[in-house]
Amino acid sequence: MLKITKLTKRYGSGDPVLKELDLTVEGDQLTSVIGSSGAGKSTLLRCINRLVEPTSGTVELNGTDFTKLSRRELRTARRRIGMVFQGFNLIDRLTVMENVQSGRLGYISTWAALTRRYPREDICHAYELMERVGIAHYANKRADELSGGERQRVGVVRALMQRPEILLADEPTASLDPKTSEQIMTLLRDLANELKLPVIINIHNVTEAKEFSDRIVGMRYGRIIFDDKPAALGKEQMDEIYAGVPAEDRAQVGAAA
Amino acid sequence: MSTAKDTWRKAPFIANPLLRYGLMIAVAVYFVVTLATLPIDWDRVADGMTRAQRIFSGAFPPSFERAGLLFDGFMESLKIAILATVGGILLSVPLAFMAASNIAVKPVYLMGRGIIIVARSFHPVIVAIIFVKAVGFGPFAGALTLVVYSIGFVAKLLAERIEEIDFGQVEAMRSAGAGFIATLAYAVMPQIMPRLVGLGIYQLDSNLRASAVVGIVGAGGIGATLANAFGRYDYDFALAITMVIVGVILISEAVSGFIRKRIA
Repeated sequence: MLKITKLTKRYGSGDPVLKELDLTVEGDQLTSVIGSSGAGKSTLLRCINRLVEPTSGTVELNGTDFTKLSRRELRTARRRIGMVFQGFNLIDRLTVMENVQSGRLGYISTWAALTRRYPREDICHAYELMERVGIAHYANKRADELSGGERQRVGVVRALMQRPEILLADEPTASLDPKTSEQIMTLLRDLANELKLPVIINIHNVTEAKEFSDRIVGMRYGRIIFDDKPAALGKEQMDEIYAGVPAEDRAQVGAAA
Repeated sequence: MSTAKDTWRKAPFIANPLLRYGLMIAVAVYFVVTLATLPIDWDRVADGMTRAQRIFSGAFPPSFERAGLLFDGFMESLKIAILATVGGILLSVPLAFMAASNIAVKPVYLMGRGIIIVARSFHPVIVAIIFVKAVGFGPFAGALTLVVYSIGFVAKLLAERIEEIDFGQVEAMRSAGAGFIATLAYAVMPQIMPRLVGLGIYQLDSNLRASAVVGIVGAGGIGATLANAFGRYDYDFALAITMVIVGVILISEAVSGFIRKRIA
């Protein structure tokens, strides 16, 4: 269970990007976070594994408060959270297998990592997952030789190699064409079911969000203003999530405060 | 209908006319004064012409009689260059990571930059003079000199390349819980490898050239052979050495250019 309480993130002295945000994700549901650019979706996701350092508030994953961890403890704890990126963030010049195994870097020794002597069970696990998403025959190809959809599959397998307790996906389909995008969303949904894995996806495509998720969270300027089943997301709620320009909205917040 | 202008002039680089003409006059005056006050002794220049003629007539035809000496000198230069390139690159890689602002913490970054600046600030000949005093005449002084020279160049350019990497890959490794060294090895090294290989080949070529120069101040190699030939008025042998140096550098330029093009 992921429990976020009163999470605030402020860059410099400006208006906070996240404002005392509360969110709880349980079980193996697929949660989509929607909202216009600048709403704080990406910051929210990065605050969970502290790629972005939260200003205040707590992030608790199955009993561990991530915000209280030291640098060293955080490194071990990050293994429990898998992350998939919009730009894939694969290591282009390395092979698909090395990319996949890089998801195990938090577990294996530095020496094993440098000499590429991966443990037998990791290699076995890698082939199983790669087989599952259909990229096993690319094991020895360089990552930059693959197409966009195939590259994101590598990204997903890399994250799953961590044997994570939760999967975060930061706009995983935004750089893909509509058809490939749908395939990746299907894959994420199916994997969430098969592995009993909670998944949080930041997504711009509302149609896809409604089609694939169990729950939709709508963000607007650092707050959650919608949190319900996809069916409850109607025209009115959509307008509320996406309407307005940042300046106007900030002025209103200022007036209210 | 309005009358459109049919003349246009580019605005002068310096808008203020007083400043513009003032600067021009100042430059002209400085040039004339400098020429007038520099102690150029035209008689000695005339003398020198006859000396130069003696040297050149002595140099023709070039003598390859002592080809063995020439070959030994060259092999020594080549050894110095290879040793210095390998040593320089081994030291440059960690130094480049230290001097990359996106990887290193501030104090380490400043130290790394400091070392690079010191390594860059002296011409190899000056460094060679110091090392010749420190470790004595010979190729070891030359190799040390060129190690310093290589660090100044390779570490600086490599650090700049590290600062340009796609940081998303570093983020991905961090989010998987990778340690510092593993993150560098997986997310950074593959991105900078082509540049590192290119710099290494260029530096080998450059060290070979520089080794001829530092030899003149006593740091071994073909430069030492050349300096000796001049000292003993063997101008024909000196010309032979010079010709071979030019030839070898042409070949090494061609080879390194070819390799760098292939790996780009």
